[in-house]
Amino acid sequence: MTTLSTGSDRAPRQAATRARRGARLSGRPQLYRSYAQELALFNTRPKRIWVGIIVLAALGLSQMLTDNHLNTLALAYAFAIGALGLNIITGLAGQVSLGHAFFLGVGAYTAAAISGDPDGRTIGFGITNILVWLPAAGLVAGLAGVLVAPLATRLRGLYLAIVTLGLVFIGEHLFREWSDLTGGAGVGREAAVPELFGIEFARDGDYLTSDQKFYLLMLVLLLVFALGARNLARSRTGRSFAAVRDRDMAAEMMAINLPRAKTVAFAISSFYAGCSGALIYSIIGFFEPSSFGLLLSVQFIAMVLIGGAGTVSGAVMGALFITLLPTLTRELPAYLPFISGQVTDTPNVFQLEQVLYGLLIVGFLLFEPRGLFGIWIRIRNYWKGWPFSY
Amino acid sequence: MTQFLEVVLRGLGSGSIYALLALGFVIIYKSTGVISFAQPAMMLTGATITSYVGPALGVMLFTGFSFFVSVAVAALLTAVLALVIERGAIRPMVGRPAFVVAIITIGIDIVVRVVTSGFIGLGARNIPNPWGLERVELAGLRVQERHLVSLATLALVVAVLFWFYRYTRHGLAMRAAAFDQEAALTQGVSVGSVFALSWAMAGALAAVAGSLLAISAGVDRQIWIVALVALPAIILGGLDSLEGAVVGGLAVGVVEALVGTYQRDYAPWLGDNFAVVSPYVLMLLVLLAKPYGIFGTPEVRRV
Repeated sequence: MTTLSTGSDRAPRQAATRARRGARLSGRPQLYRSYAQELALFNTRPKRIWVGIIVLAALGLSQMLTDNHLNTLALAYAFAIGALGLNIITGLAGQVSLGHAFFLGVGAYTAAAISGDPDGRTIGFGITNILVWLPAAGLVAGLAGVLVAPLATRLRGLYLAIVTLGLVFIGEHLFREWSDLTGGAGVGREAAVPELFGIEFARDGDYLTSDQKFYLLMLVLLLVFALGARNLARSRTGRSFAAVRDRDMAAEMMAINLPRAKTVAFAISSFYAGCSGALIYSIIGFFEPSSFGLLLSVQFIAMVLIGGAGTVSGAVMGALFITLLPTLTRELPAYLPFISGQVTDTPNVFQLEQVLYGLLIVGFLLFEPRGLFGIWIRIRNYWKGWPFSY
Repeated sequence: MTQFLEVVLRGLGSGSIYALLALGFVIIYKSTGVISFAQPAMMLTGATITSYVGPALGVMLFTGFSFFVSVAVAALLTAVLALVIERGAIRPMVGRPAFVVAIITIGIDIVVRVVTSGFIGLGARNIPNPWGLERVELAGLRVQERHLVSLATLALVVAVLFWFYRYTRHGLAMRAAAFDQEAALTQGVSVGSVFALSWAMAGALAAVAGSLLAISAGVDRQIWIVALVALPAIILGGLDSLEGAVVGGLAVGVVEALVGTYQRDYAPWLGDNFAVVSPYVLMLLVLLAKPYGIFGTPEVRRV
């Protein structure tokens, strides 16, 4: 290498640069000629193209869909940010957390308090700029994650799952009782008011409706957070998380500081959760303490597992799937007359929805542990080898 | 002092329900290495079956007897349900990481619970029983009879479990499988049937616990939350210790009752209903000091 780069001839030098960056051979998408190439953000060209197409299509949807559907999709994107967070701690670092709902709550309340009405019934500071309350929500939730981490670093596997489950109950109690901040059980409070450089997202503007603006904002934020998660996974920190997940003792032998890695993983995951919580309820506009129960945590677990644990695209797919599921099941009473749309009847769509969550979790884990991402890989491989089945 | 002792007795009563549930969790954990989050659903199902069988029998038998018979029937049916679940969803997952199996049990829990809720309806279903909220005077202390019944049931169950693990072939097989699955396999123990048996036992225990719980206020859709209180109990005692489950369950019950009675006077800043979350706080405190619980075996990790 040294001799090449100091040589007077230009051709070898160029060859060396190419070898370092790794030139791609056409028609051999899986042939990596350097480590940097394999670790690149989009390590194959089809990925780059597809991500571009999907982003363009998502932008286009903002003009094509009705406001109702845009609202649902915007929510799905906000949920996807939270799913990315859970994916970092559970999929990447291998620590099972059932406490995601708690961190979402911390973020949502931080944002609501910062942007809330100073003269209102609940705590509020009246700073509605999203650039202020969104990072703050993430940071406070991240701090909560760091506070919980000392317990997490001492525990492994299922002990951790139960402790984080306890966290959800303690959090719910805290949210119920601190009524100055949360409005109290059954009453609730206004969520964060989104405003950016004078654009008020909650109002219809001259060019875009409120739902369109929310949709675009969530799309951009989801892209930012997804890129962040993908970049984290290929950084030194992210690779140390994966090492902890795969075998923590081996990771320790390779001089990875286990408590530190777990604490950082918890902090980052909670940061995502906090931002997600703030965004979700800024779309909905109003929330109360019982929103952050065990069911929310389980929904996030379902998103990550159904999407495919450990992959960014999987987490996003899972979040979209789970958030859009209610929209689909609500349509069902029209086709299946024995299912009622009323809460008081049995069986009703809400029960059906929950049963579906459960069945999907069980079904995916039994038959396709890699989730939707795995199904996509299977389809891809089928067409790659077509018409040969091997 | 009288009040204090009465509170402790009450705590032991509800604690014995937690202990029964905790025993179920620990039995499954010991033989399969997995925490079954499906226990709340099992409890709900058991209690619901009791609430259907009880009135049907009540016509023929007098209440006290019909209660015991209906609980036995419910325990049996719930055990069968647990067997089916184990066979269908858990057995195929042998050898997969414990956490994946635990998540599967969450999924099962949701499904079974929602289906059972459909049979409960919106209100509470009564379980006919001779005790209700009656009180009895015991050495100067006034206690609700149902707490004594729960304690007696726990004592009976513990005695039977002790005999089962100590003196029967299947008990020995379960101990062997818990100790080392592969070694047990080579000695001719059918580890598969040990899995099935432990799920069935846990299901039956959950059904008993659910029925006892429903003596006071009946079965409604929300009582499954109570089963989660058994989780702090097993963590306190240590996941793999049967004695720990009993002690942990009783301790959680007593702490909850004490906090419920005295917290309002001594620490009102903790908020109303702090007693509900006190088991979880207790769990966090114990874990800070002893990461594997009080009776649990610290995990030995080999390279």
